[in-house]
Amino acid sequence: MNKLEFVDVMPSQGRFTRKTDLTSFEYSYQAEITSVYPLTATEKLYQIRIIDPDLRQSFNFQPGQFVMLELPGIGEGPFSISSSPTRHGDIELCIRAVGNLTHFLDRVPRGTVVGISGPFGRGFPVEEMEGSDILLIAGGLGIVPLRAPLFAVLENRSRYKCIDIIYGARKPSELLFTYQHQMWRQFDINLDIIVDEGDAEWTGPVGRITEILEKRIEQSKGDLSRKTFAIVCGPPVMFKFVCNMLIEAGLPMQKIFVSLERRMHCGRGKCCRCNIGATYTCLSGPVFDYWEVMNMKEAI
Amino acid sequence: MLFRVFARKELETLYEILAVNHMVGPVSRGMSKEGRELYAFDYLYDFQDLRLDFTTTTHSLKPFVLPFQETLSSFTVEDGKWEKYVDLNIYKQHVFFGVHACDINALNKLDKVLSEQLYPDPFYTGKRRNMFIIGIGCHPQPFCFCRSMGTDTVLHGFDMFLTDLGDSYFVEIQSARAWDILQQIPTAEPDEEDHRRFVESVETRNREFSCHVDTSDLTKILDLEFQSPVWEEWGGQCLSCGTCANVCPTCYCYGVREHVDLDLQSASKIRRLYSCNLIDFAEVAGGHNFRPDSSSRLKYRYYHKHRGFQEAYEEPLCVGCGRCGQACLAGITVPDVIASVRGQEEQDE
Repeated sequence: MNKLEFVDVMPSQGRFTRKTDLTSFEYSYQAEITSVYPLTATEKLYQIRIIDPDLRQSFNFQPGQFVMLELPGIGEGPFSISSSPTRHGDIELCIRAVGNLTHFLDRVPRGTVVGISGPFGRGFPVEEMEGSDILLIAGGLGIVPLRAPLFAVLENRSRYKCIDIIYGARKPSELLFTYQHQMWRQFDINLDIIVDEGDAEWTGPVGRITEILEKRIEQSKGDLSRKTFAIVCGPPVMFKFVCNMLIEAGLPMQKIFVSLERRMHCGRGKCCRCNIGATYTCLSGPVFDYWEVMNMKEAI
Repeated sequence: MLFRVFARKELETLYEILAVNHMVGPVSRGMSKEGRELYAFDYLYDFQDLRLDFTTTTHSLKPFVLPFQETLSSFTVEDGKWEKYVDLNIYKQHVFFGVHACDINALNKLDKVLSEQLYPDPFYTGKRRNMFIIGIGCHPQPFCFCRSMGTDTVLHGFDMFLTDLGDSYFVEIQSARAWDILQQIPTAEPDEEDHRRFVESVETRNREFSCHVDTSDLTKILDLEFQSPVWEEWGGQCLSCGTCANVCPTCYCYGVREHVDLDLQSASKIRRLYSCNLIDFAEVAGGHNFRPDSSSRLKYRYYHKHRGFQEAYEEPLCVGCGRCGQACLAGITVPDVIASVRGQEEQDE
């Protein structure tokens, strides 16, 4: 009689304002790998389709958001969605084989069922960028999270002015999405590619990504302050150099967006692994504007 | 808030009334090398084991709400198809008999992250909702700096809070459940004399605090001293063992691992509490480590607790219980680190 009543775990208050109710914190949608396309020696492009048609259709994301991909018993990891938001739950993930989970993914055949949860995080504000010039600057794997905003922009090409992609990689053999470069150019886009070291077949420029950016800034007479947005993604060393050049050219800090990479174990703002200070990259990021980056210690 | 007083001998009756539930409370766990008595929160089976006069426990209540290891989900795998099952591992109400203000405050702080965000954690929240907490007033130990952290008293997050007045207990009642339970023992409305004795005991306790941390403008000072060489010094002493996070009542960081069972028919996803001082805490696939040296990890720990959390919730993620300093193998304590970051070592000596 003095037994205290067991409280139902699912509370009734506030359930409409939350993204998940308490029973669906730990969930994943079953999704099938419908194609595996090798891009380079280590990266592959996976097309992944959420099996349930209703869930697939209601899967809406902003470009720049990420999903947690889970293979039962192998592991779970965060991956940027690199397909167009209009394709809903038919997502594409570009994955480099570097760790436990990704090496396993490297070997799985078409038809494998994986678990997808998400989308998580904050994306690029592509709608705010309408009516402006857009500078997309990517180094190495950084092209992967940029591909989603790129598609979002291409599908609404008339709403944006001049679009420049500056893409740098270490070697020509490490360039990603080469089969699509021609298609991107057909949308009236300036695509400049530069590599650190060329090979026998390489005819393009060789050098640092900043050299191309310098030329681009010269074209605008050293002034980017009028109606330009920049999206930057790449290895941590690249951020500082590129963003400083953009700021010197007059681009306001809140118009430079970067996508940061951190270790994540939950994607839901719990495990702390992705923290910069106490900012959760998975909740407040992975997309930050440069002002926010400057205000976080050790962000880049 | 409602207040009652009841005679000292009624405490056992209160215990027996609640004992149909799982009871957890402070019990003695032997002596330390230095001859101090050690205490722990553990399941109680006899009122005589309950030690309400305990100094502090080595671990807080954290293991009861955030176990060191917990299965988040399990899978059955067959012919390439799999199903996921989630069990929240919550079945029973627990009564926590005799918890100090700092540990109740620690749970309130954990609630902010784990229960009140966009994605509330059901594993934690479920256990948290099924707690009946009886707080007890404490005597500050030489390492307690809860008063500096504003956590020496607690305003919510418990069912009843007892203060020892000698021959009777003064009880603050926070929930209807607690009120109902107290109806079953003889209690009285506190009179003038009880008020006087309560205020006196509070004042006596306040005088007992010997350890202080200057937290004024700490968030700004931490930002200004980000490059300070003192971090290198403390980092040089830190063994990166993670003991501080283990005993910390508010450290909730974790890592997730998945395991395949030997029969290859099932798998499980397990979370384990982690520590930001462990070397691979911020290492990403490919080997880049965002915090490769012990000084940057130690600094991160202080930034998260005293700056980042403060920024997000307007209070530090530290309750000043001093457990980390007591447990640290290298003798690093929060008051020492913060004093040195503020450049106040000289004043301490």
